[in-house]
Amino acid sequence: MSFPQPQDYTPIVGSQTDIAPLGPEHPRHEQTAQQLHDASCDRIAAMPEFHQLLQRKAKFIVPACIFFTVYYFLLPVMVGFFPELMKTRVGPVNAAYAFALSQFFMAWILAAIYTRVAAGWDRDSANILASLPKGESK
Amino acid sequence: MIAAAVTATPGGGSTVTLLMFLGFVAATLVITWWSARKSSGASAYFAAGRRITGWQNGLAVAGDYMSAASFLGIAGMIAFKGYDGFMYSVGFLVAYLTVLIVVAEPLRNAGKYTMADILAYRLNARPVRAMASLSTLTVSIFYMIAQMVGAGALVKLLLPGVPYEVAVCGVGALMIIYVVFGGMLATTWVQIIKAVLLMSGSLFLSVLVMKHFDYSFVKFFEAIGNVPIKLPDGTSVTRDFMQPGLVYGAEVTNGWGPIDLISLGMALVFGTAGLPHILIRFYTVPDAPTARASVVWAMILIGLFYIMTTFFGFGAATILTPENISVENMSAPLLAMALGGDAFFAFISAVAFATILAVVAGLTISASTSFAHDFYSNVIHHGKATSQESEVKVARITAFVVGGISIILAIKLQTLNVAFLVGLAFAVAASANLPAIVLSIYWKRFNTAGAVTGLAVGLLSSIILIVISPSVMGLDAKSLIHAEPLFPLKNPGIVSIPLGFIAAIVATLCTREPEAEAKFAELSVRANTGLGAEKATEH
Repeated sequence: MSFPQPQDYTPIVGSQTDIAPLGPEHPRHEQTAQQLHDASCDRIAAMPEFHQLLQRKAKFIVPACIFFTVYYFLLPVMVGFFPELMKTRVGPVNAAYAFALSQFFMAWILAAIYTRVAAGWDRDSANILASLPKGESK
Repeated sequence: MIAAAVTATPGGGSTVTLLMFLGFVAATLVITWWSARKSSGASAYFAAGRRITGWQNGLAVAGDYMSAASFLGIAGMIAFKGYDGFMYSVGFLVAYLTVLIVVAEPLRNAGKYTMADILAYRLNARPVRAMASLSTLTVSIFYMIAQMVGAGALVKLLLPGVPYEVAVCGVGALMIIYVVFGGMLATTWVQIIKAVLLMSGSLFLSVLVMKHFDYSFVKFFEAIGNVPIKLPDGTSVTRDFMQPGLVYGAEVTNGWGPIDLISLGMALVFGTAGLPHILIRFYTVPDAPTARASVVWAMILIGLFYIMTTFFGFGAATILTPENISVENMSAPLLAMALGGDAFFAFISAVAFATILAVVAGLTISASTSFAHDFYSNVIHHGKATSQESEVKVARITAFVVGGISIILAIKLQTLNVAFLVGLAFAVAASANLPAIVLSIYWKRFNTAGAVTGLAVGLLSSIILIVISPSVMGLDAKSLIHAEPLFPLKNPGIVSIPLGFIAAIVATLCTREPEAEAKFAELSVRANTGLGAEKATEH
């Protein structure tokens, strides 16, 4: 008797012809949840829509991260290396405090922008999931 | 004068204080008992059934984050050192951009209970989980020491007769009991209640400060420009507290100050996204959009709170003046006593205590969850043999052990500013956890060797640099090790964070792991679409 192929989940006992071998290429109702999940992942990974989504995300995330990192580290750099410049009066406070306070608004505004942009990604990923064949794991 | 009155320890008001205090502790324990009855099973204990809504989780994240360090530590640091203390406030908020944009959503989509879940997803689970669990425990203990130091100082102020050691032990025991019986759902609720109390207490304190200055910002900022301080030789001078440099100025630190300030900034901004007790909060919500909403809610609250540190920090500096504040970490409660009398002092103390209780609870749960889920179930038992009941039991035992270690260390480190202590926890988190998390989500080539090396090098380098830094080594009597510091910076981040990343990248490039690369597509699909993410449990 021959041993089953790695992808063949047919038990060794019993006749080789009376049970259809189970595996990824077999009807959906005969697959396990894990196989369905893997199939869905592969299907999505191959979709052009998915790659467009990844690209759109990167196009926002990378510049956003660079922007807030630079803006934030300007504060300790300016305060540490140019203390005289940061003593300049700005209204009732000095430049050091005004710049520190501006960081709070920068963070809030960037978070608001991100929320708006990310809502668009949610719609895209919902569309991708909806385009899967009915019954696959979601 | 107000200033003179507040240096005395609370006398007549201590009964009121105590009663309010005990009332709050009783109320929180009742909530714990109530939710402990309702929740059952591992998903309920560890992740609150994944049924927490966005704004609730936002409040809870804010609650977890606005710790004793923020409230007591930053207020104390601003009161004594002015502007440089405010740098913590800025870093603590901007850090949430890293959480929001880089880690929150992928983590929610691809993980289950702990930070290590996302690492173990495509890497060899046992070594990665073992290292991640070790670093989670370390970060949690560092963070917890700060809370315990704050709690000890607070209880000592409320009950002047109680020795510091007894206070810390008592507080620690109470908190551990809280977590052991309540789990994540009770912890979430105590965070929410505490966040509301802390925000309203801080707002009222800020209004009282402005009232003192006739609601005039001009007068307030003028006073900040002329804070009297006593020099070590006994002479009194006035300093402009709005000016940077009292802690990190080049002239007070042999020129290393500005670099130290950048190092602190790196730890704060990159550390939050590696804090295990913040990351596991995102597992309590139903999906990634809710995780995102909760970060935004948290950012609104946290931002408002840290802007208010301007008022109560500089308020303590101008109204009390540093020489009239007996313990640096107690600046905010003492200011409350000066401006609002014993009752308000009692309220602020109770809020600060609840803050510590809530944060310690959150930390204990993240440490114990990590140990039970990552180490016990997945490393010792290969992810198979354990029942969920035994996982919960191990979590509870870990809670006791972690709490005990923190109590002992808190007794040793009682003189340090709590915000500074927390800054060190951030440095460890940024150096060890962040490289592994970020590279695992975004770099296909990343593998097990890289994750384990990055975690180990980040963890070790940050801890060694702390031990040989001026905060541990020194020539004066307070130092733990009597020797010339070997490392000039108080904050290790600027060296240890790049080291963590470089170690992770170099170790990855030296090895190949085709299985990890093959699973990247699956992780990417799950992280970006939410396919197969853990669902909320039904009622």
